[in-house]
Amino acid sequence: MKIISKADLDLVRKTGLKKIEPGHPRVGVGLSSCGIAVGGMQIYDRIMDIIKRNGHDISLVKTGCVGYCREEPIVSVVIPGKAMVLLHKVSGEDVNRVISLALKGEVPNELALCKISDWDHISGKLVYGNGFEDIPDYNEIQFFKHQRKVILRDSGFINPEDIDEYIAIGGYYAACRALTGMDPDDIIDEVKRSGLKGRGGAGFPAGLKWEITKKAPGIDKYIVCNADEGDPGAYMNRNEMESDPHMLLEGMLIGAYAMGINEGLIYIRAEYPLAIERLTFAINQARDYGLLGKDILNSGFDFDIQIATGAGAFVCGESTALAASIEGKTGRPRLRPPRLTEKGIWGRPTDLNNVETWCNVPVIITKGAEWYSDIGIKGSTGTKVFSLVGKVENVGMVEVPLGTTLNRIVFEIGNGGAGGKSVKAVQTGGPSGGCIPVRLFDTPVDFESLNRAGTMMGSGGLVVMDEDTNMVDIARYFINFASGESCGKCVPCREGLKHLLLILSRIMAGKGTVKDIEMLKDLSDTIQKTSLCGLGQTAPNPVVTTLRYFNEEYEQLIGEESKGG
Amino acid sequence: MDEKALDEIISKFKYPSGKTLGILREIQVQERYIPKDTLKLLSVKIDVPLSQLFGLVTFYSFFSLKPVGEHLITVCMGTPCHVKGAERILDTLQDLLDIPDESFDGKYSQTTGDNRFTVEIARCFGACSMAPVIHVDSDLYGYVTPEKVPDILKMYGWEK
Repeated sequence: MKIISKADLDLVRKTGLKKIEPGHPRVGVGLSSCGIAVGGMQIYDRIMDIIKRNGHDISLVKTGCVGYCREEPIVSVVIPGKAMVLLHKVSGEDVNRVISLALKGEVPNELALCKISDWDHISGKLVYGNGFEDIPDYNEIQFFKHQRKVILRDSGFINPEDIDEYIAIGGYYAACRALTGMDPDDIIDEVKRSGLKGRGGAGFPAGLKWEITKKAPGIDKYIVCNADEGDPGAYMNRNEMESDPHMLLEGMLIGAYAMGINEGLIYIRAEYPLAIERLTFAINQARDYGLLGKDILNSGFDFDIQIATGAGAFVCGESTALAASIEGKTGRPRLRPPRLTEKGIWGRPTDLNNVETWCNVPVIITKGAEWYSDIGIKGSTGTKVFSLVGKVENVGMVEVPLGTTLNRIVFEIGNGGAGGKSVKAVQTGGPSGGCIPVRLFDTPVDFESLNRAGTMMGSGGLVVMDEDTNMVDIARYFINFASGESCGKCVPCREGLKHLLLILSRIMAGKGTVKDIEMLKDLSDTIQKTSLCGLGQTAPNPVVTTLRYFNEEYEQLIGEESKGG
Repeated sequence: MDEKALDEIISKFKYPSGKTLGILREIQVQERYIPKDTLKLLSVKIDVPLSQLFGLVTFYSFFSLKPVGEHLITVCMGTPCHVKGAERILDTLQDLLDIPDESFDGKYSQTTGDNRFTVEIARCFGACSMAPVIHVDSDLYGYVTPEKVPDILKMYGWEK
């Protein structure tokens, strides 16, 4: 069927709600890439087998990821009228018990992580019920209680391969409101007033970029979603696309309408096959419902989305390199201006936003700019998803209001160093960012504070280092990465990084001298100031920050002897 | 890759945006490398100079011009994997499979003498929560330790 009005959407919503609240037990298995890797698919298949063989009245669905990666495989059980229960570290042997108990309206208590009585999907609310007094509440779990789920509002709750479930919790209602009742310029204004900044790293105001693109002369413009997520240690976007692909599509649809653009592209890295598969699936479902295509929601507006795949080049996160890559060229950046908003893909004005930026849009339209800008702090509104990884006890996807301190993220949510080791530093912003020492962990995570600390927000990878991590080795690791990923077009980046790497390797081998430290500083400064694009301009950051905060580790490696010479 | 299979891939790409890299990706996924003859044929079929296609497959790390062994093992070298000992996993694989530590043209890819296994490295899989991680063919293994490597290899027919 085609959805052409709010009434149609209401009909589909009813169908979707029947799937979420089927009147009999519903079991969901967390099946993002990580859930699958730790055996989630085998659990899913086993449950399917049991249900089919016995003709049980149980719904089984694939869900996305609730973000507590350490506890996977995670299985959710919903008994009608009772709280949803999340089971953790479920194995194949547990499956029979989970099912037989579910049929009796019970859950295996020893596998229970927490219960959820109701859930705010922001676009809508679901009330599950009570019961299971012995199981702790979601808000009592240390990993969850300081989080604020706005982007990950549906992750782990709905089936990412079923558009009906997304509509059931209020999905596409924001798009419906925008396309059938809002002036495009008012939408841009709403996004501007929300204070939403680009979540890809640089933090450019999203609404302003939309306005610039809209005003740029030219026809047949593009909007693009950057899903190339090349930062090592970052997997927020993968999770967002695997767990809730329709929120991205809805965000793009609203943005396209606001800017009056009919063609959308998602540039996604080839290393994310499941995200590509789920997005393709979601796009086809949206087309079937007429939510992509011609005359969407009877508004006269046409919009469709194509997928373009990247092929493993970090530099393609840079906007002009990304555009070149989509055109089938090597991803080498060019001088800016002209910016993409003037001269983008195939020379046409192009609006480029990160996955997470788009995912915020339906929320802003649903709740309004004021509601949104109340989250976070002045200048950095809303929430941000981080992948909290490395040597931290609770690894996982963490979503917090911007302005939350590193202390809270690493020590309260993350529960400190893995295995009781002491935390030394955290790397933010990937290879373009820097290492912040533990003594500065009262730094709020927002665009400005991180820049002041010498690093940057980046896309949201937080890699925790502990007492065993050698910070000079970390600097060398990142320079090795950036040197390998340099496109080779400009000399400071191509040659400068190579020499930084040589010097760092020399220091690591115990053959460094005091002069090398000076050279590292000078060379870093030159590369930062003279490189053509963001890759080179930020690549020395890990060296600069480790020299600034962990100078003693460099000195130790240089040793007394060579200090004299 | 035969001409028919290539035509089938090309026919999937109706729009110019993302077409060239998309086709190359499909070839890489199906063949697990990009055969030179296929590249030549593709150049004629989509009217893109061979030099440009060659530039692409050498620029982007997802593509490989070298055939791989029966099983492809990829070791993730992302930051979380690095701090959690990815280097030791790679060392163990090199040891057990008796392959050298040398890279060519900035790319690490080594195949065992009997052509059973190829070991490569990758920048990041985005499976960071389970670091260190490795891929064997399309299976992902997390929380890998040097001690677990032989057991994983055995599942793919490796014997000491």
